[in-house]
Amino acid sequence: MKTQDFVVRFAGEGGQGVVTSAEALARMAAEVGYHVQTFATFPSQIEGGPTWTQARIAISPVLSPGDALDVLVALNRHAYEEHYPELRPGGVVMHDASFQVEEQGHTLAMPFTELAKQAGEARSMNMVILGALAHLISMPRQYLENFVRLRFKGRDAVIEGNLKAVALGFEHAASGEFRLGELALPQKPAYPQLLIRGNDALAVGAMAAGVDCYIGYPISPATPVLVFMERNLIGPGKFAYQASSEIEAISAVLGAGFAGKKAMSATSGPGLSLMSEGIGLAWMAEIPLVIVDVQRGGPATGMPTKTEQSDFFLALTPAHGDSMMPIIAPGTVEECLFAIIHAFNWAERYQGPVIVLSEQTLAERVQNIPKPDLSSIAVEGRNVYRGGNGYLRYDGWEMSPMPVPGGPGAYVANGSEHDPFGDTTHLPQRHVQMTERRFSKLKALEDGTYERHHAEEPIALMPWGASKGPALEAYNTLSSRGVRLAWYYTMYLHPLPPKLLQELQKKELVLVPELNYTGQFSSYLRSQGVRAESVRQYTGLPFKVRDLVRWVSERVEARGGRMVHA
Amino acid sequence: MTQKNPEYDFKWCPGCGDFGVRRALEFAMAERIESSKLPMETNVVIAGIGCSGNLVHLLEGPQPFGFHGIHGRTLPIALGAKMARPDLNVVVVAGDGDFLSIGMEHIAPQAARNLDVCCVVMDNAVYGLTKGQSAPTTTLGAITSSTPYGKAEEALNPLELYLTLGVTFIAQGFSSKVKDLAKLISAAMAHRGFAIVHVQSPCTTYNDTYDVLKGNPKKSLAPQIWDVPAEHEPSRREAAFQLVQRGGVPLGIIYRQEGRPSLDQRLAQLQERVKPKSVDELMAAYQLS
Repeated sequence: MKTQDFVVRFAGEGGQGVVTSAEALARMAAEVGYHVQTFATFPSQIEGGPTWTQARIAISPVLSPGDALDVLVALNRHAYEEHYPELRPGGVVMHDASFQVEEQGHTLAMPFTELAKQAGEARSMNMVILGALAHLISMPRQYLENFVRLRFKGRDAVIEGNLKAVALGFEHAASGEFRLGELALPQKPAYPQLLIRGNDALAVGAMAAGVDCYIGYPISPATPVLVFMERNLIGPGKFAYQASSEIEAISAVLGAGFAGKKAMSATSGPGLSLMSEGIGLAWMAEIPLVIVDVQRGGPATGMPTKTEQSDFFLALTPAHGDSMMPIIAPGTVEECLFAIIHAFNWAERYQGPVIVLSEQTLAERVQNIPKPDLSSIAVEGRNVYRGGNGYLRYDGWEMSPMPVPGGPGAYVANGSEHDPFGDTTHLPQRHVQMTERRFSKLKALEDGTYERHHAEEPIALMPWGASKGPALEAYNTLSSRGVRLAWYYTMYLHPLPPKLLQELQKKELVLVPELNYTGQFSSYLRSQGVRAESVRQYTGLPFKVRDLVRWVSERVEARGGRMVHA
Repeated sequence: MTQKNPEYDFKWCPGCGDFGVRRALEFAMAERIESSKLPMETNVVIAGIGCSGNLVHLLEGPQPFGFHGIHGRTLPIALGAKMARPDLNVVVVAGDGDFLSIGMEHIAPQAARNLDVCCVVMDNAVYGLTKGQSAPTTTLGAITSSTPYGKAEEALNPLELYLTLGVTFIAQGFSSKVKDLAKLISAAMAHRGFAIVHVQSPCTTYNDTYDVLKGNPKKSLAPQIWDVPAEHEPSRREAAFQLVQRGGVPLGIIYRQEGRPSLDQRLAQLQERVKPKSVDELMAAYQLS
């Protein structure tokens, strides 16, 4: 049988072009119709330090980065030692000829740098590697050559050098006398596709939602959103601006939201911590805005370039006092784009702050996705007050139209407890009324959708965020082995779709894979009357499918066994 | 809204300087709407936390939009409002604690940006609403509830700070001289750039400085306030430095730098130069062939 799916890891040092190798491979494979997903983890420095990136290529949509390596490309001895244990039995090591390896058999020493120099294009080492890979998996070399011509279009000398590099890599690998099998031919989807990174999908989504103002502060792994916005959010009435801190950023977003604009910022955990008081103000004064938290390892500075799902509690209640923020957590690159549009819709609809929880792996992941059909989602605007004077901005228990400066209905947007005018008051009945008003507005956000399969099963698997992919792959594996489970998934974490919550409350057990120590989302589900337990990992890395399969099986068996062995 | 709200019961103490500041701001905004023919709703007053911030609820007559936020963040809120809507007249009202202590970090960036807002800083050199703690402008050795044995920090000279940071319009007023103060605020609003009107606004409960400021012959106190002389050239930075280092409390326009573009003007120039891409164009950059 031909190979359906293979995983290549490139490991070396920061600055060696390791990142671009995985992305170039992914792009090349996607161009000819394979499904791809990259996975990267960086040292938190610019030059040096161990870096590795990975590309998974398959003939069907890729759900996770992949557990075991088919090919390890090791650019130095340390990289080889570090990553060799993850090579699958029968996998191939391609290593730089500058060092020796003990293991015999499927190892291929290649003088990467020299071959690149021979090609006359010093920066073509990637192409040497890709040429060799093409041989190993019997991928038509022509795919690669077409990709080179496309990528360096108009630069003939560069094309020539890179084509030569491909040929040299291919021939060198051919002298190694072994192959990895033949990758099945791609089935190119008939629909148009994007090859896009999670952070970019999110930024494009924000543009589609009609964002007017972006104010941010550089922080890994959210900085690419700021960079995208500085480049693209420009034009009449629109601006992107780098503030002097996250405190300034959230405050400026508040000012812009108050002034009638769709405003947002993207940050990571430390920035969200700094923004907490401002987000509380948005809740209190009823100012629409969107904050993206691209989660990384915490607390404090934590692990800026590693992934974690440990900001759920913070996102739910970032501020002191009685408040609970709406949260949308995309689980795939495609969902990043739609999540932010929904977030802006929610912010405008309930007139308050909405948090989008992304995470490092998702933000940095490059994936092929169907070109989003933006007509499938209506973009909502502000319900602007257009009446006369004497308006009560905060009247009643429910939403009221929002006056915009320059127009009628002048009021004081107030972070102190206030009366319907917006003037400060500390009367008990007002605090009761206004607290209930603020919470009752969340009812307008109960339109979230969710996925479910085998809803009749009493034990459910329900991941959130980017653990969706590995969990779905694990679910499919478990199902194929006869383990009977229901599947639930939503990106609308708060408020949860009410029908979903009702279904979950009826389950014997809901297993929640999540990347944190404290079991945050299952804890929230338990507070909502769901018998939920977390399946936890806190390594800074995403779940491996095989680990989830084992851990979920163990939990199910411990419950008295709902295993049906085929 | 035009009517006052019977439920709102915050009161300044009798004799509080903030009464005069409120009146001066009302005069300045009324003059602006009179001369510009724009509605009062094009004014936005962003207030800090403290006694002074309550000014936004106590304005009489036609009401501007207001934002009474959180402690220390008036300037960045104003940054967002002004950049989102350069057509609005954005006024910051804050006390010395809000503006110069917790909010200090926000002054320098707005000065660098020359953000086109008018700040009215009410300085009583004490935290009034929390009942009399020391503030950045409190004098060295002063006994307050948080410095029971005397303040160990030297007092900040706010005008010198503003000058050093590159604020492009700096004036100082006194809450008892309402008409003069109104003129200073009007000039600050008209200034295209970052403008600060620093106001001596005494606290009659915790730090009554009326005698010190005005002088009192019965107590052998010479007045601290003095008018900026007519021959002072506010465009000269060196002259402004000399003025604020002379001692006492100079009243009038200290410094005014004309012609430096404000942040919204710079961004407007940029917007003319760069053509924005549509969402389709943005997406096309990622499309597979």
